[in-house]
Amino acid sequence: MAAESLGRIVGEHALFRGLGQEFLDLVAGCARNVRFAEGTYLYHEGDSADEVFLIREGLVNMEISAPGQGTMVVQTMGPNALVGLSWIVPPYRWAYDARAATDLRAISLDATCLRGKCDADPALGYEVMKRIAPVIIDRLHATRLQMLDLYGEHG
Amino acid sequence: MVPVLATVRARDEDIPGVVTLTLDVPGWPGSAPGQFNMLGLFGVGEVPVSISGAGAAGGAVVHTIRDVGAVTHALTEARPGAVLTLRGPYGAPWPVDAARGRDVVVVAGGLGLAPVRPILYHILANRGDYGAVTLLYGARSPSEMLFAGELAEWRARFDLDVEVTVDQAGPGWHGPVGVVTTLFGQAAFDPARCTGFICGPEIMMRFAANALSDAGVPDDAIFLSMERNMQCAIGLCGHCQLGAKFVCKDGPVFDWATLRPLMRVKEL
Repeated sequence: MAAESLGRIVGEHALFRGLGQEFLDLVAGCARNVRFAEGTYLYHEGDSADEVFLIREGLVNMEISAPGQGTMVVQTMGPNALVGLSWIVPPYRWAYDARAATDLRAISLDATCLRGKCDADPALGYEVMKRIAPVIIDRLHATRLQMLDLYGEHG
Repeated sequence: MVPVLATVRARDEDIPGVVTLTLDVPGWPGSAPGQFNMLGLFGVGEVPVSISGAGAAGGAVVHTIRDVGAVTHALTEARPGAVLTLRGPYGAPWPVDAARGRDVVVVAGGLGLAPVRPILYHILANRGDYGAVTLLYGARSPSEMLFAGELAEWRARFDLDVEVTVDQAGPGWHGPVGVVTTLFGQAAFDPARCTGFICGPEIMMRFAANALSDAGVPDDAIFLSMERNMQCAIGLCGHCQLGAKFVCKDGPVFDWATLRPLMRVKEL
Protein backbone atom coordinates (compact mmCIF):
# COMPACT_ATOMS: atom_id res chain seq x y z
CA MET A 1 0.00 0.00 0.00
CA ALA A 2 1.29 3.46 -0.86
CA ALA A 3 2.70 5.54 1.99
CA GLU A 4 0.11 8.20 1.22
CA SER A 5 -2.90 5.97 1.98
CA LEU A 6 -1.09 4.39 4.93
CA GLY A 7 -0.65 7.91 6.27
CA ARG A 8 -4.37 8.46 5.95
CA ILE A 9 -5.12 5.24 7.83
CA VAL A 10 -2.59 6.07 10.56
CA GLY A 11 -4.12 9.54 10.84
CA GLU A 12 -7.58 8.06 11.30
CA HIS A 13 -6.47 5.98 14.29
CA ALA A 14 -7.36 7.53 17.66
CA LEU A 15 -3.70 7.67 18.71
CA PHE A 16 -2.62 9.87 15.83
CA ARG A 17 -5.86 11.70 14.99
CA GLY A 18 -5.08 15.39 14.42
CA LEU A 19 -1.35 14.84 14.03
CA GLY A 20 0.25 17.31 11.60
CA GLN A 21 0.93 16.07 8.07
CA GLU A 22 4.70 16.33 8.41
CA PHE A 23 4.75 14.14 11.52
CA LEU A 24 2.12 11.85 10.06
CA ASP A 25 4.35 11.21 7.03
CA LEU A 26 7.24 10.35 9.35
CA VAL A 27 5.12 7.89 11.36
CA ALA A 28 3.57 6.38 8.21
CA GLY A 29 7.09 5.74 6.91
CA CYS A 30 7.42 3.13 9.68
CA ALA A 31 3.97 1.60 9.07
CA ARG A 32 2.56 -1.40 7.26
CA ASN A 33 -0.83 -3.05 7.13
CA VAL A 34 -1.14 -6.39 8.90
CA ARG A 35 -3.84 -9.01 9.48
CA PHE A 36 -4.01 -11.74 12.07
CA ALA A 37 -6.38 -14.69 12.10
CA GLU A 38 -8.30 -15.38 15.32
CA GLY A 39 -6.09 -17.25 17.79
CA THR A 40 -2.74 -16.22 16.30
CA TYR A 41 -0.16 -14.27 18.26
CA LEU A 42 0.94 -10.72 17.60
CA TYR A 43 3.89 -11.29 19.91
CA HIS A 44 5.05 -13.43 22.81
CA GLU A 45 6.23 -12.58 26.33
CA GLY A 46 10.01 -12.18 26.41
CA ASP A 47 10.37 -11.45 22.68
CA SER A 48 12.03 -8.31 21.47
CA ALA A 49 9.52 -5.45 21.27
CA ASP A 50 10.31 -4.43 17.73
CA GLU A 51 6.76 -3.72 16.55
CA VAL A 52 3.78 -1.84 17.92
CA PHE A 53 0.22 -2.26 16.70
CA LEU A 54 -2.64 0.15 16.10
CA ILE A 55 -5.87 -1.87 16.02
CA ARG A 56 -8.24 -1.03 13.17
CA GLU A 57 -10.73 -3.85 13.56
CA GLY A 58 -11.07 -6.81 15.93
CA LEU A 59 -9.99 -7.63 19.48
CA VAL A 60 -6.66 -8.51 21.06
CA ASN A 61 -6.19 -10.31 24.36
CA MET A 62 -3.19 -9.62 26.56
CA GLU A 63 -2.36 -12.97 28.14
CA ILE A 64 -0.04 -14.38 30.72
CA SER A 65 0.47 -18.04 31.59
CA ALA A 66 1.41 -19.76 34.82
CA PRO A 67 1.98 -23.43 35.66
CA GLY A 68 -1.22 -24.97 36.94
CA GLN A 69 -3.27 -21.89 36.10
CA GLY A 70 -3.09 -22.02 32.33
CA THR A 71 -3.48 -18.91 30.24
CA MET A 72 -5.09 -15.90 31.88
CA VAL A 73 -6.41 -12.91 29.95
CA VAL A 74 -5.52 -9.72 31.81
CA GLN A 75 -6.98 -7.22 29.36
CA THR A 76 -8.78 -7.05 26.03
CA MET A 77 -8.25 -4.26 23.56
CA GLY A 78 -10.43 -3.27 20.63
CA PRO A 79 -10.57 -0.85 17.71
CA ASN A 80 -8.50 2.33 18.11
CA ALA A 81 -6.35 0.77 20.85
CA LEU A 82 -2.58 0.79 20.90
CA VAL A 83 -1.24 -2.70 21.52
CA GLY A 84 2.21 -2.80 23.05
CA LEU A 85 3.95 -0.32 25.30
CA SER A 86 7.25 -2.09 26.01
CA TRP A 87 8.77 -0.82 22.75
CA ILE A 88 9.14 2.62 24.36
CA VAL A 89 11.50 1.76 27.20
CA PRO A 90 14.61 -0.44 27.36
CA PRO A 91 15.17 -3.34 27.27
CA TYR A 92 12.34 -3.33 24.66
CA ARG A 93 10.98 -6.72 25.63
CA TRP A 94 7.30 -7.78 25.70
CA ALA A 95 5.88 -8.48 29.15
CA TYR A 96 2.79 -10.39 27.96
CA ASP A 97 1.55 -12.47 25.07
CA ALA A 98 -0.76 -10.64 22.67
CA ARG A 99 -3.20 -12.88 20.82
CA ALA A 100 -5.92 -12.04 18.33
CA ALA A 101 -9.26 -12.81 20.01
CA THR A 102 -11.00 -12.30 16.68
CA ASP A 103 -9.80 -11.84 13.12
CA LEU A 104 -7.78 -8.67 13.30
CA ARG A 105 -6.78 -5.78 11.06
CA ALA A 106 -4.07 -3.48 12.34
CA ILE A 107 -1.27 -1.13 11.44
CA SER A 108 2.14 -2.36 12.52
CA LEU A 109 4.73 0.28 13.28
CA ASP A 110 8.39 -0.72 13.16
CA ALA A 111 9.49 0.21 16.69
CA THR A 112 13.17 0.69 15.81
CA CYS A 113 12.20 2.97 12.94
CA LEU A 114 9.80 5.02 15.09
CA ARG A 115 12.20 5.28 18.04
CA GLY A 116 14.92 6.42 15.63
CA LYS A 117 12.73 9.15 14.16
CA CYS A 118 11.63 10.29 17.62
CA ASP A 119 15.28 10.48 18.75
CA ALA A 120 16.26 12.39 15.64
CA ASP A 121 13.36 14.85 15.90
CA PRO A 122 12.55 15.67 19.55
CA ALA A 123 9.45 17.59 18.48
CA LEU A 124 8.07 14.40 16.94
CA GLY A 125 9.21 12.40 19.96
CA TYR A 126 7.42 14.80 22.32
CA GLU A 127 4.25 14.67 20.23
CA VAL A 128 4.30 10.88 20.20
CA MET A 129 4.91 10.73 23.96
CA LYS A 130 2.08 13.21 24.64
CA ARG A 131 -0.24 10.83 22.81
CA ILE A 132 1.04 7.68 24.46
CA ALA A 133 1.11 9.01 28.04
CA PRO A 134 -2.72 9.13 28.33
CA VAL A 135 -2.89 5.53 27.09
CA ILE A 136 -0.45 4.50 29.82
CA ILE A 137 -2.41 6.45 32.46
CA ASP A 138 -5.76 4.98 31.35
CA ARG A 139 -4.29 1.46 31.59
CA LEU A 140 -2.91 2.21 35.04
CA HIS A 141 -6.32 3.44 36.23
CA ALA A 142 -8.04 0.40 34.72
CA THR A 143 -5.54 -1.96 36.34
CA ARG A 144 -6.04 -0.32 39.74
CA LEU A 145 -9.82 -0.65 39.43
CA GLN A 146 -9.44 -4.32 38.49
CA MET A 147 -7.28 -4.84 41.59
CA LEU A 148 -9.95 -3.28 43.83
CA ASP A 149 -12.35 -6.14 43.05
CA LEU A 150 -15.20 -3.61 42.92
CA TYR A 151 -17.93 -6.13 42.26
CA GLY A 152 -17.15 -8.22 45.31
CA GLU A 153 -19.28 -8.27 48.46
CA HIS A 154 -19.53 -4.48 48.56
CA GLY A 155 -20.27 -4.08 44.87
CA MET B 1 -45.28 4.59 56.09
CA VAL B 2 -47.68 1.67 56.60
CA PRO B 3 -46.46 -1.40 54.73
CA VAL B 4 -48.62 -3.66 52.63
CA LEU B 5 -48.24 -7.42 52.60
CA ALA B 6 -46.55 -8.80 49.49
CA THR B 7 -46.56 -12.46 48.55
CA VAL B 8 -43.60 -14.11 46.85
CA ARG B 9 -44.82 -15.48 43.52
CA ALA B 10 -41.46 -16.68 42.21
CA ARG B 11 -37.85 -16.91 43.34
CA ASP B 12 -34.89 -17.18 40.95
CA GLU B 13 -31.28 -17.48 42.05
CA ASP B 14 -29.56 -15.51 39.28
CA ILE B 15 -26.04 -16.12 40.53
CA PRO B 16 -24.87 -17.53 43.88
CA GLY B 17 -26.00 -15.18 46.65
CA VAL B 18 -28.19 -13.06 44.39
CA VAL B 19 -31.91 -13.76 44.19
CA THR B 20 -34.68 -12.17 42.14
CA LEU B 21 -38.09 -12.21 43.82
CA THR B 22 -41.32 -11.66 41.90
CA LEU B 23 -43.97 -10.32 44.25
CA ASP B 24 -47.73 -9.98 44.14
CA VAL B 25 -48.60 -6.68 45.79
CA PRO B 26 -52.27 -5.80 46.31
CA GLY B 27 -53.06 -2.31 44.99
CA TRP B 28 -49.59 -1.81 43.50
CA PRO B 29 -49.71 1.73 42.02
CA GLY B 30 -46.83 1.20 39.58
CA SER B 31 -43.31 2.58 39.69
CA ALA B 32 -40.95 4.53 37.48
CA PRO B 33 -37.50 3.18 36.48
CA GLY B 34 -35.00 3.82 39.30
CA GLN B 35 -37.44 3.82 42.20
CA PHE B 36 -37.11 1.50 45.18
CA ASN B 37 -39.24 -0.21 47.80
CA MET B 38 -38.60 -0.90 51.47
CA LEU B 39 -38.82 -4.69 51.75
CA GLY B 40 -39.02 -6.46 55.08
CA LEU B 41 -39.91 -9.49 57.11
CA PHE B 42 -41.73 -9.37 60.43
CA GLY B 43 -39.31 -9.69 63.30
CA VAL B 44 -36.26 -9.28 61.08
CA GLY B 45 -36.31 -5.73 59.69
CA GLU B 46 -36.57 -3.90 56.41
CA VAL B 47 -34.13 -2.67 53.77
CA PRO B 48 -34.33 -0.54 50.63
CA VAL B 49 -34.20 -2.55 47.42
CA SER B 50 -34.32 -1.18 43.86
CA ILE B 51 -37.11 -2.33 41.60
CA SER B 52 -35.52 -4.42 38.86
CA GLY B 53 -38.65 -5.14 36.82
CA ALA B 54 -40.91 -2.99 34.66
CA GLY B 55 -43.01 -2.00 37.69
CA ALA B 56 -46.29 -1.56 35.81
CA ALA B 57 -49.35 -0.71 37.89
CA GLY B 58 -51.24 -3.80 38.98
CA GLY B 59 -48.47 -6.07 37.74
CA ALA B 60 -45.89 -8.09 39.60
CA VAL B 61 -43.12 -6.25 41.44
CA VAL B 62 -39.61 -7.56 40.81
CA HIS B 63 -36.61 -7.09 43.12
CA THR B 64 -33.07 -8.42 42.83
CA ILE B 65 -31.36 -8.86 46.18
CA ARG B 66 -27.82 -9.76 47.23
CA ASP B 67 -27.40 -11.70 50.45
CA VAL B 68 -25.11 -9.40 52.46
CA GLY B 69 -26.75 -9.05 55.89
CA ALA B 70 -29.41 -10.39 58.23
CA VAL B 71 -32.40 -8.86 56.44
CA THR B 72 -31.18 -9.50 52.90
CA HIS B 73 -30.29 -13.06 53.90
CA ALA B 74 -33.83 -13.64 55.13
CA LEU B 75 -35.26 -12.05 51.97
CA THR B 76 -33.13 -14.18 49.67
CA GLU B 77 -34.31 -17.26 51.57
CA ALA B 78 -38.00 -16.38 51.04
CA ARG B 79 -39.77 -19.01 48.98
CA PRO B 80 -42.97 -18.75 46.87
CA GLY B 81 -45.90 -18.17 49.18
CA ALA B 82 -43.84 -16.31 51.78
CA VAL B 83 -45.26 -12.99 52.95
CA LEU B 84 -43.07 -9.86 53.03
CA THR B 85 -43.75 -6.31 54.05
CA LEU B 86 -43.45 -3.66 51.36
CA ARG B 87 -43.48 0.13 51.43
CA GLY B 88 -43.12 2.18 48.31
CA PRO B 89 -42.41 3.03 45.61
CA TYR B 90 -40.02 5.75 46.76
CA GLY B 91 -37.38 8.02 45.30
CA ALA B 92 -36.65 10.14 42.27
CA PRO B 93 -36.55 7.99 39.12
CA TRP B 94 -34.16 7.88 36.17
CA PRO B 95 -35.29 10.73 33.85
CA VAL B 96 -36.08 8.44 30.94
CA ASP B 97 -38.68 10.76 29.45
CA ALA B 98 -36.27 13.70 29.38
CA ALA B 99 -33.89 11.46 27.43
CA ARG B 100 -36.35 10.97 24.56
CA GLY B 101 -34.85 12.00 21.23
CA ARG B 102 -31.32 11.57 22.53
CA ASP B 103 -28.66 8.87 22.41
CA VAL B 104 -28.50 6.85 25.63
CA VAL B 105 -25.51 5.18 27.25
CA VAL B 106 -26.28 2.91 30.19
CA VAL B 107 -23.27 1.86 32.26
CA ALA B 108 -23.70 -0.86 34.87
CA GLY B 109 -21.30 -2.74 37.08
CA GLY B 110 -21.98 -5.93 39.02
CA LEU B 111 -25.36 -5.88 40.73
CA GLY B 112 -25.87 -2.36 39.34
CA LEU B 113 -27.49 -3.96 36.30
CA ALA B 114 -30.64 -4.56 38.37
CA PRO B 115 -31.61 -0.90 38.97
CA VAL B 116 -30.93 0.04 35.32
CA ARG B 117 -32.88 -2.88 33.84
CA PRO B 118 -36.16 -0.90 34.04
CA ILE B 119 -34.53 1.81 31.89
CA LEU B 120 -33.88 -0.76 29.18
CA TYR B 121 -37.42 -2.14 29.46
CA HIS B 122 -38.78 1.38 29.09
CA ILE B 123 -36.56 2.26 26.13
CA LEU B 124 -37.23 -1.02 24.33
CA ALA B 125 -40.97 -0.50 24.80
CA ASN B 126 -40.62 2.97 23.27
CA ARG B 127 -37.62 2.28 21.00
CA GLY B 128 -38.57 4.77 18.30
CA ASP B 129 -38.37 7.64 20.77
CA TYR B 130 -34.62 7.26 21.38
CA GLY B 131 -31.44 7.56 19.32
CA ALA B 132 -28.55 5.11 19.57
CA VAL B 133 -28.77 3.07 22.77
CA THR B 134 -25.74 1.38 24.31
CA LEU B 135 -25.43 -0.81 27.39
CA LEU B 136 -21.94 -1.22 28.82
CA TYR B 137 -21.84 -3.87 31.53
CA GLY B 138 -18.94 -5.00 33.69
CA ALA B 139 -18.95 -8.01 35.99
CA ARG B 140 -16.37 -9.66 38.19
CA SER B 141 -16.28 -12.88 36.14
CA PRO B 142 -18.43 -14.65 33.53
CA SER B 143 -20.13 -16.76 36.22
CA GLU B 144 -21.10 -13.60 38.14
CA MET B 145 -22.86 -11.85 35.28
CA LEU B 146 -26.38 -10.87 36.29
CA PHE B 147 -29.32 -11.64 33.96
CA ALA B 148 -27.02 -13.55 31.59
CA GLY B 149 -29.92 -14.92 29.52
CA GLU B 150 -31.46 -11.51 29.07
CA LEU B 151 -28.08 -9.99 28.18
CA ALA B 152 -27.75 -12.58 25.42
CA GLU B 153 -31.22 -11.67 24.11
CA TRP B 154 -30.38 -7.97 24.14
CA ARG B 155 -27.08 -8.61 22.36
CA ALA B 156 -28.97 -10.32 19.55
CA ARG B 157 -31.05 -7.21 18.88
CA PHE B 158 -30.09 -4.81 16.12
CA ASP B 159 -31.49 -1.75 17.89
CA LEU B 160 -29.38 -2.06 21.02
CA ASP B 161 -25.58 -2.14 21.32
CA VAL B 162 -24.57 -4.29 24.28
CA GLU B 163 -20.91 -4.58 25.33
CA VAL B 164 -19.98 -6.81 28.23
CA THR B 165 -16.62 -7.16 29.97
CA VAL B 166 -15.34 -9.04 33.00
CA ASP B 167 -12.50 -8.33 35.41
CA GLN B 168 -11.28 -11.92 35.49
CA ALA B 169 -11.82 -14.74 33.04
CA GLY B 170 -10.75 -18.29 32.37
CA PRO B 171 -10.24 -20.03 29.05
CA GLY B 172 -13.98 -20.47 28.40
CA TRP B 173 -14.66 -16.76 28.10
CA HIS B 174 -14.48 -15.28 24.60
CA GLY B 175 -15.46 -11.70 25.42
CA PRO B 176 -13.38 -8.76 26.58
CA VAL B 177 -11.47 -8.63 29.88
CA GLY B 178 -11.02 -5.32 31.69
CA VAL B 179 -12.99 -2.81 33.71
CA VAL B 180 -16.22 -1.41 32.29
CA THR B 181 -14.68 2.00 31.58
CA THR B 182 -12.45 0.37 28.94
CA LEU B 183 -15.60 -0.22 26.86
CA PHE B 184 -16.27 3.47 26.32
CA GLY B 185 -14.07 3.55 23.22
CA GLN B 186 -16.43 1.11 21.53
CA ALA B 187 -19.62 3.04 22.25
CA ALA B 188 -21.00 5.21 19.45
CA PHE B 189 -22.91 8.26 20.69
CA ASP B 190 -23.17 11.97 20.07
CA PRO B 191 -21.98 13.52 23.34
CA ALA B 192 -23.87 16.76 22.73
CA ARG B 193 -27.19 14.91 22.61
CA CYS B 194 -26.53 11.96 24.88
CA THR B 195 -27.87 10.99 28.28
CA GLY B 196 -25.83 8.69 30.51
CA PHE B 197 -27.28 6.42 33.21
CA ILE B 198 -24.76 4.81 35.57
CA CYS B 199 -25.22 2.31 38.39
CA GLY B 200 -22.72 0.18 40.26
CA PRO B 201 -20.08 0.43 42.97
CA GLU B 202 -19.42 4.07 43.80
CA ILE B 203 -15.80 4.09 42.61
CA MET B 204 -16.85 2.59 39.30
CA MET B 205 -19.59 5.21 38.96
CA ARG B 206 -17.10 8.05 39.58
CA PHE B 207 -14.76 6.78 36.86
CA ALA B 208 -17.63 6.13 34.45
CA ALA B 209 -19.16 9.58 35.05
CA ASN B 210 -15.79 11.24 34.50
CA ALA B 211 -15.26 9.21 31.33
CA LEU B 212 -18.65 10.34 29.93
CA SER B 213 -17.94 13.91 31.02
CA ASP B 214 -14.49 13.80 29.38
CA ALA B 215 -16.16 12.52 26.21
CA GLY B 216 -18.24 15.71 26.14
CA VAL B 217 -21.52 14.64 27.75
CA PRO B 218 -22.76 17.54 29.93
CA ASP B 219 -22.66 16.83 33.68
CA ASP B 220 -26.39 17.53 33.97
CA ALA B 221 -27.09 14.79 31.41
CA ILE B 222 -25.22 12.11 33.37
CA PHE B 223 -27.24 10.34 36.08
CA LEU B 224 -26.10 8.04 38.87
CA SER B 225 -28.04 5.98 41.39
CA MET B 226 -26.68 6.32 44.91
CA GLU B 227 -26.83 3.88 47.79
CA ARG B 228 -26.87 5.02 51.38
CA ASN B 229 -28.33 3.76 54.66
CA MET B 230 -31.98 4.47 53.90
CA GLN B 231 -34.37 3.71 56.72
CA CYS B 232 -37.53 5.85 56.73
CA ALA B 233 -37.42 6.34 52.91
CA ILE B 234 -39.33 9.63 53.15
CA GLY B 235 -36.62 12.09 54.19
CA LEU B 236 -37.39 12.24 57.90
CA CYS B 237 -34.81 10.16 59.75
CA GLY B 238 -31.66 11.58 58.14
CA HIS B 239 -29.78 8.29 57.95
CA CYS B 240 -29.21 8.63 54.22
CA GLN B 241 -28.18 12.27 54.23
CA LEU B 242 -25.63 13.17 51.57
CA GLY B 243 -24.59 16.76 52.12
CA ALA B 244 -27.80 18.76 51.98
CA LYS B 245 -29.61 15.96 50.13
CA PHE B 246 -31.55 12.95 51.32
CA VAL B 247 -30.80 9.99 49.07
CA CYS B 248 -34.20 8.41 49.73
CA LYS B 249 -36.26 11.49 48.87
CA ASP B 250 -34.07 13.68 46.62
CA GLY B 251 -32.52 10.61 45.01
CA PRO B 252 -31.48 7.87 44.72
CA VAL B 253 -30.93 9.18 41.17
CA PHE B 254 -28.89 12.39 40.98
CA ASP B 255 -27.12 14.11 38.11
CA TRP B 256 -23.34 14.33 38.02
CA ALA B 257 -23.42 18.13 38.33
CA THR B 258 -24.96 17.63 41.79
CA LEU B 259 -22.88 14.64 42.83
CA ARG B 260 -19.44 15.61 41.56
CA PRO B 261 -18.70 18.11 44.38
CA LEU B 262 -20.28 15.81 47.01
CA MET B 263 -18.15 12.85 45.95
CA ARG B 264 -15.01 14.87 46.56
CA VAL B 265 -15.88 15.02 50.26
CA LYS B 266 -14.40 12.05 52.07
CA GLU B 267 -16.64 10.10 54.46
CA LEU B 268 -19.77 11.79 53.08
